[in-house]
Amino acid sequence: MNALVSFIILVILIFIPWIGVGVLCLDSLFGIIIPYACFLVFVIGLIYRIIYWAKSPVPYKIPTTCGQQKSLPWVKRSLKDRLESPFYTWEVILRMFLEIVFFRSLFRNLRADLYGKRLIYGSAKWLWLGAILFHWSLFIILLRHLRLFTYPVPSLIQGLDYLDSFIQTLGVPPVYITDILILAGLTFLLLRRFIDSKVSYLSYGSDFFPLFLIIGIVVSGILMRYYFKVDLYAVKQLTLGLATFNPSIPEGAKIGVIFYIHLFLVSSLAAYFPFSKLVHMVGVFFSPTRNMANNNRAVRHINPWEYPVKHLTYAEFQERFRDVMEQAGIPIDEEVEKEEHEWYSIYIPGKEPPKIKV
Amino acid sequence: MYNAGKVIFFIIVLILFFTIPMWLNFGRLEAIPQPELPKEEKKCVESKDYMKAYHMKLLDNWRKRAIRENQHMYIASDGEKYTISLQRACMKCHTEKEKFCDRCHNFVITHPDCWDCHIAPEVAKKWQ
Repeated sequence: MNALVSFIILVILIFIPWIGVGVLCLDSLFGIIIPYACFLVFVIGLIYRIIYWAKSPVPYKIPTTCGQQKSLPWVKRSLKDRLESPFYTWEVILRMFLEIVFFRSLFRNLRADLYGKRLIYGSAKWLWLGAILFHWSLFIILLRHLRLFTYPVPSLIQGLDYLDSFIQTLGVPPVYITDILILAGLTFLLLRRFIDSKVSYLSYGSDFFPLFLIIGIVVSGILMRYYFKVDLYAVKQLTLGLATFNPSIPEGAKIGVIFYIHLFLVSSLAAYFPFSKLVHMVGVFFSPTRNMANNNRAVRHINPWEYPVKHLTYAEFQERFRDVMEQAGIPIDEEVEKEEHEWYSIYIPGKEPPKIKV
Repeated sequence: MYNAGKVIFFIIVLILFFTIPMWLNFGRLEAIPQPELPKEEKKCVESKDYMKAYHMKLLDNWRKRAIRENQHMYIASDGEKYTISLQRACMKCHTEKEKFCDRCHNFVITHPDCWDCHIAPEVAKKWQ
Protein backbone atom coordinates (compact mmCIF):
# COMPACT_ATOMS: atom_id res chain seq x y z
CA MET A 1 0.00 0.00 0.00
CA ASN A 2 2.77 2.43 0.99
CA ALA A 3 4.68 1.42 -2.10
CA LEU A 4 1.63 1.78 -4.31
CA VAL A 5 0.89 5.34 -3.17
CA SER A 6 4.54 6.31 -3.67
CA PHE A 7 4.49 4.80 -7.14
CA ILE A 8 1.30 6.68 -8.06
CA ILE A 9 2.91 9.95 -6.92
CA LEU A 10 5.89 9.19 -9.16
CA VAL A 11 3.59 8.54 -12.12
CA ILE A 12 1.85 11.87 -11.49
CA LEU A 13 5.23 13.59 -11.32
CA ILE A 14 6.14 12.06 -14.68
CA PHE A 15 2.90 13.19 -16.28
CA ILE A 16 3.19 16.82 -15.15
CA PRO A 17 6.13 17.72 -17.47
CA TRP A 18 4.86 15.33 -20.12
CA ILE A 19 1.65 17.30 -20.43
CA GLY A 20 3.26 20.63 -19.53
CA VAL A 21 5.89 20.46 -22.27
CA GLY A 22 4.47 17.93 -24.69
CA VAL A 23 0.99 19.45 -24.91
CA LEU A 24 1.08 22.94 -23.42
CA CYS A 25 4.63 23.80 -24.60
CA LEU A 26 5.62 25.43 -21.31
CA ASP A 27 9.31 24.92 -22.09
CA SER A 28 10.66 27.83 -20.09
CA LEU A 29 8.55 26.97 -17.03
CA PHE A 30 9.90 23.41 -16.89
CA GLY A 31 13.34 24.22 -18.27
CA ILE A 32 14.21 27.34 -16.29
CA ILE A 33 11.79 28.47 -13.60
CA ILE A 34 11.10 25.16 -11.87
CA PRO A 35 14.76 24.02 -11.81
CA TYR A 36 15.87 27.35 -10.34
CA ALA A 37 13.07 27.40 -7.77
CA CYS A 38 13.75 23.81 -6.72
CA PHE A 39 17.49 24.39 -6.46
CA LEU A 40 16.81 27.40 -4.25
CA VAL A 41 14.49 25.31 -2.04
CA PHE A 42 17.22 22.67 -1.88
CA VAL A 43 19.97 25.03 -0.72
CA ILE A 44 17.83 27.05 1.69
CA GLY A 45 16.20 23.89 3.03
CA LEU A 46 19.58 22.31 3.72
CA ILE A 47 20.84 25.43 5.51
CA TYR A 48 17.63 25.48 7.55
CA ARG A 49 18.11 21.85 8.54
CA ILE A 50 21.77 22.41 9.43
CA ILE A 51 20.98 25.38 11.66
CA TYR A 52 18.05 23.54 13.21
CA TRP A 53 20.31 20.64 14.11
CA ALA A 54 23.14 22.88 15.23
CA LYS A 55 20.75 24.52 17.68
CA SER A 56 19.87 21.23 19.34
CA PRO A 57 21.88 20.76 22.53
CA VAL A 58 23.76 17.54 23.12
CA PRO A 59 23.42 17.02 26.86
CA TYR A 60 25.86 14.14 27.17
CA LYS A 61 28.94 12.92 25.41
CA ILE A 62 27.60 9.77 23.82
CA PRO A 63 30.02 8.33 21.25
CA THR A 64 29.38 4.67 20.52
CA THR A 65 32.54 2.76 21.25
CA CYS A 66 33.78 -0.77 20.87
CA GLY A 67 37.51 -0.39 21.27
CA GLN A 68 40.05 0.23 24.00
CA GLN A 69 39.71 3.79 25.18
CA LYS A 70 42.75 5.93 25.92
CA SER A 71 43.90 4.95 29.34
CA LEU A 72 47.16 4.59 31.25
CA PRO A 73 50.31 4.99 29.17
CA TRP A 74 51.15 1.27 29.03
CA VAL A 75 47.70 0.28 27.76
CA LYS A 76 48.33 -0.03 24.06
CA ARG A 77 45.79 1.09 21.46
CA SER A 78 45.82 -0.19 17.93
CA LEU A 79 44.47 1.81 14.99
CA LYS A 80 41.20 -0.09 15.32
CA ASP A 81 40.88 1.05 18.94
CA ARG A 82 41.59 4.61 17.88
CA LEU A 83 38.77 4.42 15.31
CA GLU A 84 36.32 2.63 17.58
CA SER A 85 37.02 4.75 20.62
CA PRO A 86 38.51 8.02 19.37
CA PHE A 87 40.16 10.28 21.90
CA TYR A 88 41.78 12.98 19.78
CA THR A 89 40.09 15.13 17.15
CA TRP A 90 42.09 13.57 14.31
CA GLU A 91 40.82 10.16 15.38
CA VAL A 92 37.26 11.45 15.25
CA ILE A 93 37.89 12.96 11.81
CA LEU A 94 39.31 9.68 10.53
CA ARG A 95 36.36 7.81 11.99
CA MET A 96 33.87 10.19 10.37
CA PHE A 97 35.74 10.01 7.07
CA LEU A 98 35.61 6.23 6.96
CA GLU A 99 31.96 6.32 8.01
CA ILE A 100 30.94 8.76 5.29
CA VAL A 101 33.10 7.39 2.50
CA PHE A 102 32.98 3.65 3.19
CA PHE A 103 29.90 3.23 5.46
CA ARG A 104 31.99 1.47 8.06
CA SER A 105 29.23 1.01 10.61
CA LEU A 106 26.94 -0.50 7.98
CA PHE A 107 29.66 -3.03 7.27
CA ARG A 108 28.97 -4.40 10.74
CA ASN A 109 25.32 -4.91 9.88
CA LEU A 110 23.90 -8.10 11.34
CA ARG A 111 20.74 -9.99 10.66
CA ALA A 112 18.82 -12.06 13.12
CA ASP A 113 17.00 -15.19 12.04
CA LEU A 114 15.15 -17.93 13.79
CA TYR A 115 16.44 -21.41 13.04
CA GLY A 116 13.86 -23.63 14.64
CA LYS A 117 13.76 -22.18 18.12
CA ARG A 118 17.25 -20.74 18.06
CA LEU A 119 17.88 -17.08 17.32
CA ILE A 120 21.01 -16.79 15.22
CA TYR A 121 22.84 -13.57 14.44
CA GLY A 122 24.89 -13.57 11.30
CA SER A 123 26.88 -11.17 9.18
CA ALA A 124 24.87 -9.43 6.46
CA LYS A 125 27.00 -7.45 4.06
CA TRP A 126 24.47 -7.20 1.25
CA LEU A 127 22.93 -4.00 2.54
CA TRP A 128 26.37 -2.46 2.74
CA LEU A 129 27.13 -3.54 -0.82
CA GLY A 130 23.84 -2.23 -2.17
CA ALA A 131 24.24 1.05 -0.31
CA ILE A 132 27.80 1.62 -1.42
CA LEU A 133 27.00 0.76 -5.04
CA PHE A 134 24.14 3.23 -5.00
CA HIS A 135 25.82 6.10 -3.18
CA TRP A 136 29.12 6.00 -5.03
CA SER A 137 27.44 5.66 -8.41
CA LEU A 138 25.17 8.58 -7.60
CA PHE A 139 28.15 10.69 -6.59
CA ILE A 140 30.08 9.88 -9.77
CA ILE A 141 26.98 10.48 -11.89
CA LEU A 142 26.53 13.84 -10.20
CA LEU A 143 30.15 14.82 -10.91
CA ARG A 144 29.89 13.49 -14.46
CA HIS A 145 26.93 15.75 -15.13
CA LEU A 146 29.29 18.70 -14.76
CA ARG A 147 30.17 18.12 -18.41
CA LEU A 148 26.79 19.67 -19.20
CA PHE A 149 27.18 22.59 -16.82
CA THR A 150 30.68 23.84 -17.57
CA TYR A 151 32.51 25.03 -20.63
CA PRO A 152 35.38 24.46 -21.12
CA VAL A 153 34.92 21.22 -19.20
CA PRO A 154 37.69 20.59 -16.65
CA SER A 155 39.97 17.77 -17.74
CA LEU A 156 39.23 15.93 -14.50
CA ILE A 157 35.55 15.69 -15.43
CA GLN A 158 36.45 14.71 -18.99
CA GLY A 159 38.68 11.95 -17.66
CA LEU A 160 35.97 10.75 -15.29
CA ASP A 161 33.46 10.66 -18.14
CA TYR A 162 35.92 8.78 -20.33
CA LEU A 163 36.70 6.20 -17.65
CA ASP A 164 33.01 5.71 -16.88
CA SER A 165 32.21 5.06 -20.55
CA PHE A 166 35.28 3.06 -21.56
CA ILE A 167 33.28 -0.12 -22.25
CA GLN A 168 32.51 0.49 -25.91
CA THR A 169 31.33 -2.96 -26.90
CA LEU A 170 27.73 -2.63 -25.79
CA GLY A 171 26.60 -0.24 -28.51
CA VAL A 172 26.63 3.44 -29.23
CA PRO A 173 26.70 5.66 -27.23
CA PRO A 174 28.97 3.69 -24.90
CA VAL A 175 27.35 2.39 -21.74
CA TYR A 176 28.18 4.18 -18.51
CA ILE A 177 29.37 1.72 -15.89
CA THR A 178 27.78 3.78 -13.12
CA ASP A 179 24.41 3.55 -14.87
CA ILE A 180 24.50 -0.21 -14.50
CA LEU A 181 25.85 -0.12 -10.96
CA ILE A 182 23.32 2.40 -9.67
CA LEU A 183 20.48 0.36 -11.13
CA ALA A 184 21.87 -2.76 -9.47
CA GLY A 185 22.16 -0.94 -6.13
CA LEU A 186 18.71 0.63 -6.34
CA THR A 187 17.10 -2.66 -7.38
CA PHE A 188 18.61 -4.36 -4.38
CA LEU A 189 17.55 -1.58 -2.00
CA LEU A 190 14.00 -1.69 -3.36
CA LEU A 191 13.66 -5.48 -3.46
CA ARG A 192 14.95 -5.64 0.09
CA ARG A 193 11.96 -3.58 1.19
CA PHE A 194 9.55 -5.86 -0.67
CA ILE A 195 11.04 -9.27 0.01
CA ASP A 196 12.42 -9.10 3.55
CA SER A 197 9.26 -9.22 5.66
CA LYS A 198 10.91 -7.52 8.65
CA VAL A 199 12.08 -4.57 6.56
CA SER A 200 8.82 -4.50 4.64
CA TYR A 201 6.94 -4.13 7.93
CA LEU A 202 9.08 -1.09 8.79
CA SER A 203 8.75 0.61 5.41
CA TYR A 204 6.63 3.70 5.05
CA GLY A 205 5.73 5.71 1.98
CA SER A 206 8.61 8.03 2.83
CA ASP A 207 10.96 5.07 2.41
CA PHE A 208 9.55 3.96 -0.92
CA PHE A 209 9.04 7.36 -2.50
CA PRO A 210 12.71 8.47 -2.59
CA LEU A 211 13.65 5.07 -4.02
CA PHE A 212 11.00 5.28 -6.71
CA LEU A 213 11.91 8.88 -7.47
CA ILE A 214 15.61 8.12 -7.85
CA ILE A 215 14.83 5.04 -9.93
CA GLY A 216 12.59 7.28 -12.07
CA ILE A 217 15.46 9.74 -12.54
CA VAL A 218 17.95 7.02 -13.39
CA VAL A 219 15.60 5.25 -15.80
CA SER A 220 14.59 8.48 -17.56
CA GLY A 221 18.28 9.39 -17.87
CA ILE A 222 19.18 6.00 -19.28
CA LEU A 223 16.26 6.08 -21.73
CA MET A 224 17.32 9.55 -22.81
CA ARG A 225 20.90 8.45 -23.44
CA TYR A 226 20.28 5.18 -25.21
CA TYR A 227 16.75 5.09 -26.65
CA PHE A 228 14.73 8.30 -26.93
CA LYS A 229 17.67 10.44 -27.82
CA VAL A 230 17.63 14.22 -27.56
CA ASP A 231 19.69 16.91 -29.19
CA LEU A 232 22.54 17.07 -26.71
CA TYR A 233 23.94 20.23 -28.25
CA ALA A 234 20.70 22.07 -27.48
CA VAL A 235 20.53 20.47 -24.02
CA LYS A 236 23.97 21.76 -23.16
CA GLN A 237 23.07 25.25 -24.35
CA LEU A 238 20.17 25.18 -21.91
CA THR A 239 22.06 23.68 -18.96
CA LEU A 240 25.09 25.90 -19.48
CA GLY A 241 22.71 28.86 -19.51
CA LEU A 242 21.28 27.69 -16.19
CA ALA A 243 24.74 27.37 -14.65
CA THR A 244 25.81 30.83 -15.79
CA PHE A 245 22.59 32.63 -14.79
CA ASN A 246 21.91 33.40 -18.41
CA PRO A 247 19.17 30.89 -19.10
CA SER A 248 17.38 30.61 -22.39
CA ILE A 249 15.51 27.88 -24.20
CA PRO A 250 17.60 27.20 -27.32
CA GLU A 251 15.80 28.47 -30.39
CA GLY A 252 15.24 26.42 -33.47
CA ALA A 253 15.84 23.13 -31.66
CA LYS A 254 13.10 21.31 -29.83
CA ILE A 255 14.48 19.23 -26.98
CA GLY A 256 12.60 15.96 -26.47
CA VAL A 257 10.02 15.66 -23.69
CA ILE A 258 12.08 12.94 -22.01
CA PHE A 259 14.65 15.59 -21.11
CA TYR A 260 12.02 17.70 -19.37
CA ILE A 261 10.74 14.63 -17.52
CA HIS A 262 14.28 13.90 -16.33
CA LEU A 263 14.83 17.52 -15.33
CA PHE A 264 11.49 17.76 -13.54
CA LEU A 265 12.13 14.58 -11.55
CA VAL A 266 15.58 15.89 -10.56
CA SER A 267 14.00 19.19 -9.54
CA SER A 268 11.41 17.33 -7.48
CA LEU A 269 14.16 15.37 -5.79
CA ALA A 270 16.08 18.56 -5.01
CA ALA A 271 13.02 20.25 -3.54
CA TYR A 272 12.04 17.14 -1.59
CA PHE A 273 15.55 16.46 -0.34
CA PRO A 274 15.79 18.74 2.72
CA PHE A 275 12.44 17.61 4.09
CA SER A 276 12.86 13.88 3.75
CA LYS A 277 15.04 11.07 5.03
CA LEU A 278 17.46 11.91 2.23
CA VAL A 279 18.80 14.74 4.34
CA HIS A 280 20.91 12.11 6.12
CA MET A 281 23.54 13.45 3.73
CA VAL A 282 23.83 16.36 6.17
CA GLY A 283 22.57 14.52 9.23
CA VAL A 284 25.46 12.07 9.23
CA PHE A 285 27.77 14.94 10.20
CA PHE A 286 25.54 15.76 13.14
CA SER A 287 25.21 12.31 14.70
CA PRO A 288 26.61 12.66 18.21
CA THR A 289 27.33 8.95 18.54
CA ARG A 290 29.86 9.35 15.72
CA ASN A 291 31.20 12.87 15.86
CA MET A 292 32.19 13.08 19.53
CA ALA A 293 35.46 11.99 21.06
CA ASN A 294 35.42 9.42 23.85
CA ASN A 295 37.36 11.67 26.24
CA ASN A 296 34.90 12.08 29.07
CA ARG A 297 37.58 11.68 31.72
CA ALA A 298 39.95 14.20 30.21
CA VAL A 299 37.64 16.91 28.86
CA ARG A 300 34.53 17.93 30.70
CA HIS A 301 31.44 18.10 28.56
CA ILE A 302 29.18 20.85 29.81
CA ASN A 303 25.53 20.14 29.37
CA PRO A 304 24.10 23.13 27.52
CA TRP A 305 20.83 22.61 29.32
CA GLU A 306 22.42 23.26 32.70
CA TYR A 307 20.91 26.09 34.68
CA PRO A 308 20.96 26.98 38.38
CA VAL A 309 18.77 24.30 39.92
CA LYS A 310 15.96 25.44 42.15
CA HIS A 311 16.53 23.93 45.54
CA LEU A 312 15.91 24.38 49.21
CA THR A 313 18.73 24.05 51.76
CA TYR A 314 18.11 21.99 54.84
CA ALA A 315 18.04 25.15 56.97
CA GLU A 316 15.30 26.63 54.83
CA PHE A 317 13.42 23.34 54.81
CA GLN A 318 13.61 23.10 58.56
CA GLU A 319 12.50 26.72 58.92
CA ARG A 320 9.52 26.14 56.71
CA PHE A 321 8.34 22.89 58.23
CA ARG A 322 9.47 23.46 61.79
CA ASP A 323 5.94 23.21 63.24
CA VAL A 324 5.10 20.05 61.38
CA MET A 325 8.44 18.49 62.26
CA GLU A 326 8.07 19.30 65.93
CA GLN A 327 4.58 17.85 65.98
CA ALA A 328 5.87 14.70 64.35
CA GLY A 329 8.72 14.49 66.82
CA ILE A 330 11.48 14.89 64.27
CA PRO A 331 14.53 16.38 65.98
CA ILE A 332 15.35 19.94 65.02
CA ASP A 333 18.98 20.60 64.18
CA GLU A 334 19.72 24.06 65.55
CA GLU A 335 23.31 24.09 64.40
CA VAL A 336 22.56 23.69 60.71
CA GLU A 337 24.40 26.23 58.60
CA LYS A 338 22.44 28.86 56.78
CA GLU A 339 23.85 29.72 53.36
CA GLU A 340 23.09 32.42 50.87
CA HIS A 341 21.86 31.31 47.50
CA GLU A 342 19.82 32.57 44.68
CA TRP A 343 17.23 29.91 44.12
CA TYR A 344 14.92 28.34 46.55
CA SER A 345 11.63 26.77 46.72
CA ILE A 346 9.28 23.95 46.63
CA TYR A 347 8.51 24.32 43.00
CA ILE A 348 4.91 23.99 41.97
CA PRO A 349 4.37 24.27 38.24
CA GLY A 350 2.45 27.38 37.31
CA LYS A 351 2.74 28.88 40.75
CA GLU A 352 5.16 31.47 42.06
CA PRO A 353 7.53 29.92 44.56
CA PRO A 354 6.62 30.86 48.14
CA LYS A 355 8.75 33.66 49.52
CA ILE A 356 10.53 32.50 52.62
CA LYS A 357 12.65 34.80 54.69
CA VAL A 358 15.55 32.94 56.14
CA MET B 1 23.75 27.53 17.79
CA TYR B 2 26.42 25.20 19.15
CA ASN B 3 29.84 24.85 17.48
CA ALA B 4 28.96 27.86 15.35
CA GLY B 5 32.40 28.11 13.75
CA LYS B 6 32.42 24.53 12.52
CA VAL B 7 28.79 24.66 11.41
CA ILE B 8 29.23 27.84 9.39
CA PHE B 9 32.36 26.35 7.78
CA PHE B 10 30.33 23.27 6.92
CA ILE B 11 27.52 25.34 5.39
CA ILE B 12 30.01 27.27 3.26
CA VAL B 13 31.65 24.05 2.03
CA LEU B 14 28.26 22.59 1.20
CA ILE B 15 27.16 25.66 -0.75
CA LEU B 16 30.48 25.77 -2.59
CA PHE B 17 30.08 22.12 -3.51
CA PHE B 18 26.59 22.52 -4.90
CA THR B 19 27.48 25.63 -6.86
CA ILE B 20 30.64 24.11 -8.41
CA PRO B 21 29.39 24.72 -11.98
CA MET B 22 29.14 28.45 -11.32
CA TRP B 23 32.69 28.61 -9.93
CA LEU B 24 34.14 26.50 -12.71
CA ASN B 25 32.57 28.74 -15.36
CA PHE B 26 33.44 31.94 -13.56
CA GLY B 27 35.49 34.17 -15.83
CA ARG B 28 36.49 31.46 -18.26
CA LEU B 29 33.31 30.93 -20.24
CA GLU B 30 34.02 30.68 -23.96
CA ALA B 31 31.69 31.28 -26.87
CA ILE B 32 29.62 28.23 -27.75
CA PRO B 33 31.17 26.71 -30.88
CA GLN B 34 28.94 26.40 -33.94
CA PRO B 35 29.42 23.40 -36.23
CA GLU B 36 30.06 24.47 -39.81
CA LEU B 37 27.34 23.12 -42.10
CA PRO B 38 28.06 22.39 -45.77
CA LYS B 39 27.17 25.31 -48.04
CA GLU B 40 26.02 23.56 -51.21
CA GLU B 41 24.07 20.65 -49.83
CA LYS B 42 20.93 21.44 -47.80
CA LYS B 43 19.62 17.94 -47.23
CA CYS B 44 21.21 15.22 -45.11
CA VAL B 45 20.48 11.49 -45.17
CA GLU B 46 17.63 11.93 -42.72
CA SER B 47 15.90 14.99 -41.29
CA LYS B 48 17.93 17.55 -39.36
CA ASP B 49 16.26 16.84 -36.02
CA TYR B 50 16.78 13.10 -36.44
CA MET B 51 20.42 13.54 -37.37
CA LYS B 52 21.07 15.86 -34.42
CA ALA B 53 19.84 13.31 -31.91
CA TYR B 54 20.41 9.94 -33.58
CA HIS B 55 23.42 10.28 -35.91
CA MET B 56 25.55 8.03 -33.72
CA LYS B 57 22.91 5.31 -33.83
CA LEU B 58 22.71 5.67 -37.59
CA LEU B 59 26.48 5.45 -37.97
CA ASP B 60 26.65 2.48 -35.65
CA ASN B 61 23.94 0.82 -37.71
CA TRP B 62 25.86 1.61 -40.89
CA ARG B 63 28.99 0.08 -39.47
CA LYS B 64 27.17 -3.13 -38.59
CA ARG B 65 25.60 -3.36 -42.05
CA ALA B 66 28.73 -2.60 -44.01
CA ILE B 67 31.22 -4.60 -41.99
CA ARG B 68 29.22 -7.51 -40.64
CA GLU B 69 26.41 -7.92 -43.16
CA ASN B 70 28.10 -6.74 -46.33
CA GLN B 71 25.26 -4.34 -47.17
CA HIS B 72 26.44 -1.12 -48.74
CA MET B 73 23.16 0.54 -49.62
CA TYR B 74 21.08 2.61 -47.20
CA ILE B 75 17.52 3.49 -48.07
CA ALA B 76 16.51 6.65 -46.22
CA SER B 77 13.02 7.19 -44.86
CA ASP B 78 12.19 9.35 -47.91
CA GLY B 79 13.17 6.52 -50.26
CA GLU B 80 16.47 7.96 -51.45
CA LYS B 81 19.46 5.61 -51.66
CA TYR B 82 22.86 6.34 -50.15
CA THR B 83 26.15 4.48 -50.10
CA ILE B 84 27.00 3.29 -46.61
CA SER B 85 30.33 4.89 -45.94
CA LEU B 86 31.57 7.42 -43.43
CA GLN B 87 34.29 8.82 -45.59
CA ARG B 88 32.68 8.55 -49.01
CA ALA B 89 29.12 9.51 -47.99
CA CYS B 90 29.10 11.63 -44.83
CA MET B 91 32.39 13.36 -45.38
CA LYS B 92 31.61 14.14 -48.99
CA CYS B 93 29.58 17.10 -47.68
CA HIS B 94 30.92 17.43 -44.12
CA THR B 95 34.43 17.63 -45.41
CA GLU B 96 36.23 18.85 -42.34
CA LYS B 97 36.15 16.80 -39.15
CA GLU B 98 37.54 19.59 -37.02
CA LYS B 99 34.98 22.13 -38.12
CA PHE B 100 31.97 19.83 -38.00
CA CYS B 101 32.32 16.71 -35.84
CA ASP B 102 34.76 17.97 -33.26
CA ARG B 103 33.05 21.27 -32.51
CA CYS B 104 29.98 19.64 -31.00
CA HIS B 105 31.78 16.62 -29.60
CA ASN B 106 34.27 18.77 -27.73
CA PHE B 107 31.49 21.04 -26.53
CA VAL B 108 29.36 18.32 -24.95
CA ILE B 109 32.31 15.95 -24.26
CA THR B 110 31.66 12.67 -25.98
CA HIS B 111 34.20 10.04 -26.83
CA PRO B 112 33.28 8.67 -30.26
CA ASP B 113 35.50 5.81 -31.42
CA CYS B 114 35.12 6.51 -35.17
CA TRP B 115 38.68 7.71 -35.47
CA ASP B 116 40.16 4.65 -33.89
CA CYS B 117 39.87 3.03 -37.33
CA HIS B 118 39.02 5.84 -39.75
CA ILE B 119 41.47 8.52 -40.66
CA ALA B 120 40.04 11.97 -41.14
CA PRO B 121 40.79 13.44 -44.61
CA GLU B 122 42.70 16.40 -43.21
CA VAL B 123 44.91 14.06 -41.16
CA ALA B 124 45.45 11.84 -44.18
CA LYS B 125 46.40 14.90 -46.27
CA LYS B 126 49.09 15.84 -43.79
CA TRP B 127 50.70 12.44 -44.19
CA GLN B 128 50.64 12.40 -47.98
